[in-house]
Amino acid sequence: MNVRKYLVLAGVTVFAAAGDSMLSHGMKQTGSISVHHLRGVIFAVLNPWVAVGILLLLAFFAAYMTALSWADLTYVLPATSLGYVLLALVARFVLHEHVSPLRWLGIVLITGGVGFVAGGPSLTEHHAALPHAEHTEDGNEPLAVATAKAPLLAKDTRNGAPQVGVTGKL
Amino acid sequence: MKAVYTWSAILAIVFASVVGDVLLARAMKQVGDVGALWRRAGLGMVVGRTMGNPNFLFGVTAMAVAFFSLLFALSWGDVSLVAPAAASLTFIGNAVAARIFLHEKVDRRRWIAASLVAAGVALLAG
Repeated sequence: MNVRKYLVLAGVTVFAAAGDSMLSHGMKQTGSISVHHLRGVIFAVLNPWVAVGILLLLAFFAAYMTALSWADLTYVLPATSLGYVLLALVARFVLHEHVSPLRWLGIVLITGGVGFVAGGPSLTEHHAALPHAEHTEDGNEPLAVATAKAPLLAKDTRNGAPQVGVTGKL
Repeated sequence: MKAVYTWSAILAIVFASVVGDVLLARAMKQVGDVGALWRRAGLGMVVGRTMGNPNFLFGVTAMAVAFFSLLFALSWGDVSLVAPAAASLTFIGNAVAARIFLHEKVDRRRWIAASLVAAGVALLAG
């Protein structure tokens, strides 16, 4: 983990929080969507807040994919959950909304969770051991996995062969 | 009745998000370190290899399902219920799914982290 990788994680956090709040704001202006009026979804996308929200969520997606390319899912998700804390802090100090004691407790719990996961390794070792980048031209399983399976199959059939021989004798 | 709609939509979000996250995580592990690949072969290679990955395409489809479920849920229920409930349950679902399907080492540290974050996110609803 270097500075650039922490910046990517920060990008995931900030873009998600900003995108979600803009979507939420825009959807409140658009009003209810029902199953019988699916056109409502299209009008929702035309709302500028929803549109900017979607652009920010695209930026979030690019950062999120980048993070997942070198870190575990169970590392990236808790590490980027500080976005919820960010939203609550913006609500309190920018929008001057009331933040209840229970919400502050929630903020403390999330921050604690982030601290826990950040102290550990970011990638499960067997992932790091796989030479994934070099063997996935076609997007299939890494070659290491395929070759690891082959001896197992061969061993199975070897074990199976004597059994057939034994039953044949009987 | 509106509560039933809202919770059905929340469960749909959670299921689709977990499926999507697991597929996307698998896809990006197959693509490899994006930064290193970009420096070595350029952005076009990064985009091409990612877009050509079947897991990525299925993952994005699942995420689109989750996104539209979210839009429906938000139109039926309060954002203060929908967002924390869906996010909180997704954290737990992802920890379980990452362990089973991605073979990630979800040790005690990561369980505690996922549980604390899920609890904290749920509390932010209050």
